[in-house]
Parts: sequence; structure tokens; C-alpha cells
Amino acid sequence: MNILTILFHFFIFPGFLFLVIFGMFLTFLDRKISARIQWRVGPPWYQPYLDFLKLLLKEVIVPINSSKFLFLFAPVLSFLSAVISGTMIYYFLLYPQRSFLGDIIVILYFLTLVPVGFILGASSSRNPLSGCGAQREMMLLIGYELPFIFALLISIVKAGGKIKLGEIIMAQNNLSFLYSWSGLISFLTLLFVFQAKLGYVPFDIAEAEQEIMAGTILEYSGVSLALFKLAKAILLLSLPALLIALLWPAKSIFSFIIKFFFIFLLIVLMKNTNPRLRIDQALKFFWFILGPFSILGVILVLSGL
Amino acid sequence: MRRVIPIGPYHPLQEEPEFFKLIVEGEKVVELEINIGYNHRGHEFLSPKMTYEQIAYLVERICGICSNSHPLAFVQAVEDAANIKVPERALYIRTINHELERIHSHFLWLGLAGHFIGYNTVWMWAWKYREPILDIFEMVTGNRNHYAMNKIGGVRWDIKDEQIPIIENILLEVEKATWMFTKAILDDPVILARLRDVGVLPKEVAIDYGVVGPTARASGVNIDVRRDDPHAAYDRIEWDVIVFEEGDVLAKAKVRLFECLESIKIIRQCLRKMPKGEIETKVDEIPMGEGIGRAEAPRGEVFHYVRTSGMNHPIRHKIRAPSYMNIASNAYACVGYSIADAALTLAAVDPCYCCTERIFVYADDKKIMGYEDILKLSWELTEKLKRKYNKI
Repeated sequence: MNILTILFHFFIFPGFLFLVIFGMFLTFLDRKISARIQWRVGPPWYQPYLDFLKLLLKEVIVPINSSKFLFLFAPVLSFLSAVISGTMIYYFLLYPQRSFLGDIIVILYFLTLVPVGFILGASSSRNPLSGCGAQREMMLLIGYELPFIFALLISIVKAGGKIKLGEIIMAQNNLSFLYSWSGLISFLTLLFVFQAKLGYVPFDIAEAEQEIMAGTILEYSGVSLALFKLAKAILLLSLPALLIALLWPAKSIFSFIIKFFFIFLLIVLMKNTNPRLRIDQALKFFWFILGPFSILGVILVLSGL
Repeated sequence: MRRVIPIGPYHPLQEEPEFFKLIVEGEKVVELEINIGYNHRGHEFLSPKMTYEQIAYLVERICGICSNSHPLAFVQAVEDAANIKVPERALYIRTINHELERIHSHFLWLGLAGHFIGYNTVWMWAWKYREPILDIFEMVTGNRNHYAMNKIGGVRWDIKDEQIPIIENILLEVEKATWMFTKAILDDPVILARLRDVGVLPKEVAIDYGVVGPTARASGVNIDVRRDDPHAAYDRIEWDVIVFEEGDVLAKAKVRLFECLESIKIIRQCLRKMPKGEIETKVDEIPMGEGIGRAEAPRGEVFHYVRTSGMNHPIRHKIRAPSYMNIASNAYACVGYSIADAALTLAAVDPCYCCTERIFVYADDKKIMGYEDILKLSWELTEKLKRKYNKI
């Protein structure tokens, strides 16, 4: 593999450019579908791109008392981790045989770094509301990581104990993991976890605008805000793909798109038919309902179901 | 560790300026400081400088939502002072307007409450179903808000016979929507988890704070000016006062939703029972005297006191809006709950700051400012701005 192909993969497809452009398009779809559910008209398709351009042209305001390096570095951290995890997920979906040992753990780490960037940025801004948001984001992160890992474990055990995304995809050549009890449990768990990772209702607790204004991103403006928004948009594009890779791989690009939009629709519908939970309720949900539920899935998969 | 989470003076929670200082430990609210007074417009000061006809429009502009309650209470106060007998048909039309306003206000609150718990679908849907009510207003009075319907001695516009079936059709639609929302709220476990046992205001505390309207009725205090001191045509119609005992946000939501159904009932009876005839009596002069007018606004009792001068303007006009009583109760209801609950509880009394703030004394620890002082400050600021921009 020459260096040009690597650069192409990293910067154009399935890397940076693809993730950014299609991620923003997905935020448009999300907004449009939400608007139609709420009897509104919704934005035109190019709205997210215009928003992004507008934010690029705006001034970046750094709060006087903040830790300046951390404040400006946090959005970059979030954005880059989102890009790297997204690139890896799509790259291994395209070339399953090229995955390496432990790549799921790398993806897991980079997916965790996205909210860590939000937490760092919010804490460094020294705004009490942002601090409250950071606290909530942290608690949420602690809450959903446990079921997330158990849900990943189900796919790993089913693929024969290999911690390789490519192996997991190839192990489902005959039958998807989704069509089993443990697969179904993993699917449901991951849906809830992704909702929290995306910061969507009912888990948009860290950004609850009616309580703590925008929480974690309250002090951000201009390019740094754009980077945070892009990180979320890229997550919106890559998380359903991860779900497809883990449990429901597609043979053709056409069936991939259908499966992708099915999961995407589930996420948007859940966002629009629920109120926001309180942080303690969300933690209880993840630890005492989703946690045991995913452990049940692990037990089922170990007993071969 | 104690921190201050400010809600206000400008905050996305409420569209009006207000300031709640939430003193929190972690997520728990341990103390609440309420600061209002950002929205003073001097209505009570302006009122004695206007004629009675003008004041009806002035008090209408106190609040965009209760824009029927304030004029209604005012004209009742003047009618009380001058012993004016209002024709039957006008009383019925006043009742219809008043109840339509209640439905649209409660739907507005329902939508906002949905928005405050992050449920934007409820917000948009509630406001969609509120729209036909505004259409009725536009059809009958010519305005969607600020109806200019009440005048001393009667009402300004009649409800025509051909409008009645249209109103009844819209009411059917609204009734269906109300039932849909009621069922949706009572069936959704996530909504119940957010609303139940949140911001509880016990009955004794509610009485101590003197809360009024749906806030009081959700705490088991059985008061309603429409029944206790019948105005307009309320004593000629059969209807129930909705009371719930729990005192939490869920009870407040239930009171408002079931009140919408009661309002629909009242309007239907009014449309059926409304006698033919005049809609206003001619008022020649208003003698010296004093009068009070009470009306049950969507948020509670509106109280207007008018001392008439014998000429065409009052000497004193005092207004007490319901939110003034209700907002204070937050100091009890929010403490001990999380920030998320507090934000919801603050909104659950359906506060209306432009109703509340006509107080013209600003109380500080040391000095008290009168109206003239504030006016002077305002003039100085204007002068300063003028000088600043003239230089440029």
C-alpha cells in the first residue's frame, strides 16, 4: 500500500472529508425529520453547511479566567478522536481483512475521548453552568461505558473471542449476530448507549439548554464551537455504522444504506418521543436496568444463545 | 461545596427577564433567592392619567397571555364603583372570551412545560392545537391576542349566530387534543418519572404563601374566584372546580388539562344559553367612589382596585396579578430537588413577569427608590446614550 492510498483513505474516503460532509448531511436529515414530526417545516438541505461556514467566520471568544490552552485544545481533541474513530469504523467495514488485533479497543478509546474533550473544555472555561454540564457529562460517561463494554463483549464472544472488528464482520457472513437473543440484547443496549453518546434526548442532560443553558458548550464560539458540532455530527455518522459492523453487517452498499437509515430513524424517533431524564434517573437507568440487561446478554452468549 | 447557578436575568428557560439564584450543592438546590423587578413599566402610574376607555386598553397590555383577564377585572371594578348593570348577553360573551383565553393559556403552558423537560414534540404539538383557539379570537374580536373586547358597561363585539357552529367545531377539535395530551401524559412512564413528586408544595405551605389559581388547586386548596365570587355569567352555568391534592408538578399539569375540559364545557353551555339582546349599556358618567374587580385569570386571581374621581379618570388604580403570589412559593417548592427539577418547578407555576412587575419601589438593603428616582435614572441613561452616539 503506497503512501498516497493511505493519505486518500485518511483524508478523503472514508476519512475526514467523507465523515464531515455526510455527517453534516445527517444532521440536516435529523433536523428535517424532527421538524416534520413536530409539524414544522424544517431547514433546507444546505443549512448545516451554512451554519458551519458562519461559525468559521465568527470570532473565537476565550473567557478571561479560563485555562486558554485547554479551552482551545478540547474541541480539537474531540473532533480528531471523532474523525479517527469514524475513519477506523468505515475503513474496516470496507476492508474487513485489514483490521488489526485490538482495534475495537482503540475505537472504544477514541469514542470515549470525544466526551472527554467536552468535559475538559467545559471545566477549563470556569463557567459554573459549564462546570455543572461537565459534571453531568462525566457521570453520564461513567454510566454508559459499562453497558457499552458488555454489549461489545457479546459480539466479541460470538466471533470466537477475537478482538478484531474485521473478524467480527467476517464471522457474520452466514448469519448476522442480531438474529439471536444475545444479539438483540446487544442491539438494544447499544441503541441507548449511542443515544447518550450523541447527547440526544432523553440523555441530552449535559447540554440541557433549559436548565444550564448549553452546559458543556456554553462558552464556546466560532471555530471551536464548529469543531464540537462537527464531532457530534461525525459521531452521528459513525455510531450506526459501528452498530451495523458489530451485529448486522451488510453484503452490498444498498443494504448497508437501508440498515443505516433504519438505525438512524430509530435514534431520531427516540429523540423526539421522550422527555429529558434527570442525571440520577439516567445513571440508575444505565447501571441498574441496562447494566444487568447487558450482563444477561453476556450470560446468554456464553451459554450459546 | 456551594455554588450559585443563576437562572436569569436572561436565560433560555423563560422568555421574560427574571433572576433566580439557585444555590446548589452538587446537583441539589439548597436555597433559592428570587429577584424580580427587571420588567417595570409603570402601569399603575400611567393609569390615573388616562380616561377609562383608554385604561381598558392599557391594562390589556400588562400581559400578552392574560389580555382578557386584566381588562375584565378592571371594567368590573369600575362597574362596581359606578353601579352599572351589564346586559346578560354581554356577561355570557365575557365568559366565553375568558374561558377561551384559559384554554389557550393552558395549552401555551403545556407546550412550554414540554419544552422545559426537553420534550420538544409536545411543545410544538400543543402550540399547533392552540392555534384554532386564536383563530376563534380573530374571528370574533379581530385580533389573535389583545382582543380589546371588554369595555365599561359591556363588550365591544357580538358573537354572531353564524359564528357559533364554527366555534363548536373548533371546540370539538380542541377537546380531542386535550384528551390526547391528558392520556399521553398520564401513560408515558418517562414523563411521569420527571413530573411526579417534583416540586411538592404542601397544602399548609400553599396557604401560607397565599398562592392562587391552578398552583393552589394542585395543592388541594379549593379556591376559584369564578365560583367563590361569581363574575360574568359563571353562576348561571354548571361546572366543576378541579382540585388535586398532591401539590407536585404532575398535579399542576393535571389541573390545567382538566380545566381546559371544564372550559370547553362552560363555553358550550354559554353558546347554548346566551340570550338575545343588547351587548352594552350606555355609561354616561362615573361618580366618585371605589370599586374592586376580581377575575380568575388562567394563572389565578387577578385583583383590580379603582378609586374613581368623578371625572373621566381614576385617582388610584391598584393591580395584583396572580404570578406575584405564585412566584414566591418557588422559594419553598424548589429546595431539596435537583437543578433539573428546580427549572421545571419554577416554570410550573406558569409565571408571568410582565403581570407581576408594576411595583414602583425598589427595595435594597439600605435605600428605597421611588418611581421618580427610577425615572430620573432612566432619563439620565437615555441622555448618556444620546451624548455617546451624537459624538460618533
